Amino acid sequence: MTFFFEVLIAGLLSGMLYALVALGFVLIFKASGVFNFAQGAMVYFAALTFVGVGEKLLLWLGWAPGSFASFLGSLLVTLAAMVVLAILIERFMLRGLVNQPLITLFMATIGLTFFIDGLAQLVWGSNVRGLDIGIADEPVIWLLDSANMLVSKFDLTAAAIAAILVALLSLFFQYTKTGRALRAVADDHQAALSIGVPLERIWVIVWVAAGVVALVAGLIWGARNGVQYALSFTALKALPVLILGGFTSIPGAIVGGLIIGASEKLAEVYLGPYVGGGIDSWFPYIMALAFLLIRPEGLFGEKHIDRV
Amino acid sequence: MARTIGDVILDLQNISLSFGGVKALTNISFNVRQGEIRSIIGPNGAGKSSMLNVINGVYHPQEGRIIFMGKERRKMNPHEAAAQGIARTFQNIALFKGMTVLDNIMTGRNLMMKRNFLWNALYWGPAQRDEIAHRKRVEEIIDFLEIQHIRKVPVGRLPYGLQKRVELARALAAEPKLLLLDEPMAGMNVEEKQDMCRFILDVNEQWGTTIVLIEHDMGVVMDISDRVVVLDYGRKIGDGLPNEVKNDPEVIKAYLGAVY
Amino acid sequence: MIYREAGQFKASYEADMQIFPIRQDRIAIAAIVLFAFVGVPLFASEYWFQAIITPALIFSLAALGLNILTGYAGQLSLGAAGFMAVGAFATYNFMLRIDGMPFLVAMVLGGVCAALVGIVFGLPSLRIKGFYLAVATLAAQFFILWVLVKFPWFSNYSASGVITAQEIVILGWTVDEPVEKYLLTLAVVTVLALAAKNLARTHTGRAWMAVRDMDVAAEVIGIPLMKTKLQAFAISSFYCGVAGALYAFTYLGTVEPEAFNLDLSFKILFMIIIGGVGTVLGSFLGAAFITLLPIFLNQLFHALFGDSLPPAFASNVELMIFGGLIIFFLIVEPHGLARLWQIGKEKLRLWPFPH
Ligand SMILES: Nc1ncnc2c1ncn2[C@@H]1O[C@H](COP(=O)(O)OP(=O)(O)OP(=O)(O)O)[C@@H](O)[C@H]1O
Ligand SMILES: [Mg+2]
Repeated sequence: MTFFFEVLIAGLLSGMLYALVALGFVLIFKASGVFNFAQGAMVYFAALTFVGVGEKLLLWLGWAPGSFASFLGSLLVTLAAMVVLAILIERFMLRGLVNQPLITLFMATIGLTFFIDGLAQLVWGSNVRGLDIGIADEPVIWLLDSANMLVSKFDLTAAAIAAILVALLSLFFQYTKTGRALRAVADDHQAALSIGVPLERIWVIVWVAAGVVALVAGLIWGARNGVQYALSFTALKALPVLILGGFTSIPGAIVGGLIIGASEKLAEVYLGPYVGGGIDSWFPYIMALAFLLIRPEGLFGEKHIDRV
Repeated sequence: MARTIGDVILDLQNISLSFGGVKALTNISFNVRQGEIRSIIGPNGAGKSSMLNVINGVYHPQEGRIIFMGKERRKMNPHEAAAQGIARTFQNIALFKGMTVLDNIMTGRNLMMKRNFLWNALYWGPAQRDEIAHRKRVEEIIDFLEIQHIRKVPVGRLPYGLQKRVELARALAAEPKLLLLDEPMAGMNVEEKQDMCRFILDVNEQWGTTIVLIEHDMGVVMDISDRVVVLDYGRKIGDGLPNEVKNDPEVIKAYLGAVY
Repeated sequence: MIYREAGQFKASYEADMQIFPIRQDRIAIAAIVLFAFVGVPLFASEYWFQAIITPALIFSLAALGLNILTGYAGQLSLGAAGFMAVGAFATYNFMLRIDGMPFLVAMVLGGVCAALVGIVFGLPSLRIKGFYLAVATLAAQFFILWVLVKFPWFSNYSASGVITAQEIVILGWTVDEPVEKYLLTLAVVTVLALAAKNLARTHTGRAWMAVRDMDVAAEVIGIPLMKTKLQAFAISSFYCGVAGALYAFTYLGTVEPEAFNLDLSFKILFMIIIGGVGTVLGSFLGAAFITLLPIFLNQLFHALFGDSLPPAFASNVELMIFGGLIIFFLIVEPHGLARLWQIGKEKLRLWPFPH
């Protein structure tokens, strides 16, 4: 039973990461209806930039990776890079595709994925690197003593960071003027315009927000598994999360992420051995599909009947 | 050709339909006779389009019975309705934008084209004969609606009025027994309206097609309808000959009062 | 006034409904096909066959398959390579396990297997659309590759799932020279391209396009959504399956499941976006473009920088150019090269009298 819980908790914690990536999707989808396939690439881009800047800081200024100065320096530069990226995306991609069907925008973001992946590796190189954010990956002692469970301190911290980020975003959407404008855009583009917020600005803001979420996800994931190209793919697991949670719901993204993370790990441990293992490559997708057949509108979505 | 109005071919009994909390239709009953032009009128949001959607299976009412040509059904898909001979046009044009006028109208005959895809892949023998035979029928409809000149044009490039006409052509290509028209003249100028009126009357007279028509233009409705149903807030508030409806105090209060 | 439609009055619907209604088009297509069968084998080198022409033809076929599903029937798929894998491995197994199985029969059966798998993964399309469906097709992509890797039966218990294509013998003719493989590929692709063109202009194709453009209206006019969508999935997957079989048998020779990864699926998607969504011609143009671009870039970098560049540089720039081109095309010409070609032809038709 302890083992079951260990697996479950590990699953939930990695689910938190899926949820983080999914959150980036939801932000952009809510505000612009764009399904941003490049969210995973943005995670990779952010992590790689962070590490790359860290290397340069060591080289030029002698700041050791993992030190506070290096962390802060890398963080600020990467944040700036995410802002610039968002502006460029708005200027050179979104603006040209304003009244196109959403599926066209979706395909454009697939192109964007390739572009960002290529750019990141061109600038920083594609070799796998470690990322140190100063939290040790060791078991939490009192859990080990009291319940004999192995739960990583790192995972717990990561989950806490993710939770804080989600809370901040929710507050932002609820209580700031820009946040409310964003929600208005999601409901109705015309209405948002009449509040007097230019659409371009809104897009840049959501893409920046998604970039920040990508950065956090990239840092945690990179620190866990190393910064490598596979990050861009693993992030695709956020897609089944979205199907479960619905494309527009922040709580949906989180619950969906937790469900996918937990069931993926449980399936791998308990079903995997019967079929040769490695099923986590497809299990989330098939599960999301099965779920879709039962409830096409997702966990939190509303049933919708096309109007004619 | 003299028009003959026959027996009831469509009977709607106690239809109720709601979306979540919104009641679109409440306990509505009326019927349609063979060969007549039956109009549905009512203010915006009264439930007229919903009524058509119920008739051809796009929406499924929570309550009520629908009897078409003697057969009752509760739930049916739109394409089953089509197979039974119900065709329609839409309030907001629903043409196939990526296709030419000709191809759009040809889709109206899909139900009658039975060759499977293997024949079609070869485009040989029966498949080719089929395509040509149906093309001939479609050309007749194109002539009838006077749209020969735009045959090969992608529908997206056509002006609004012509698009509405192509939509009618597509519905007619299916040779329906019952034709549902949702505001076929909305947004047209006087001349286009007159053309459309003429087409509707011709279809009804020459082919004996039964028509259910939603229209806001009272002049047109009073001119061409045999009987009129009036809806308001999802309820039926009037039903009868154009003249009766026009003079019904409740109808005047709810709807016509604003116009006359 | 070489390219003119005027003066070619159609006396019958039959003439108006030909596969290429304009006479010059018919002549041009006939000339191209003839040249491909007779001319190319005379001129092209072995390298060209092996590295460029044969794979470009195979990709054209796969792109055609994806175009049927995505371009004609409007169901976005990110799993084309998965269905190619099914075709390749099924063909291999039919050849392996049935004595005296002729290659062409095995290839068709391989395509049929892909079609069946396609139907299974097409089922969700009955309830979901757009990018939801795209995610569903990712499931096909990952699941199929996993099955092929995890169950060694499919690769006859070879190490890491690699299969080696058997020798192709057709009625006593051994297809082993590059030029022979090219001719075989060309023949298959020509037949299937004509079939696709025919499907597109009959009620089968119209049903697909109707579902793509407006599914509610399609259903209302009597087009059964379920049958139409599943049929598109099946036929599309058949095309991809046959392309996969050719990929293994006339192009690579030895192939592992990983060769059919998500990147290949994207590559095929890019071919139809750049070539032209919903046109047969576009599949060919897109495949040619995407096959030639890396070769061209390589030459270019070589000419510009000599050998001093790290190899990763070229491949990363290639990624960026691919991505950038996709965005560029979607913004500037969402109908791709095929539309540019069309516009060119229309200009030519008016020439020398502009508007
Ligand atoms: N698919 C749907 N989902 C939710 N509500 C709907 C749907 N279709 C119709 N309604 C609601 O049902 C009511 C009736 O709408 P309907 O379109 O039938 O009206 P109408 O009489 O055709 O109006 P109009 O003259 O504006 O076309 C409205 O309140 C509308 O909002
Ligand atoms: Mg209406």
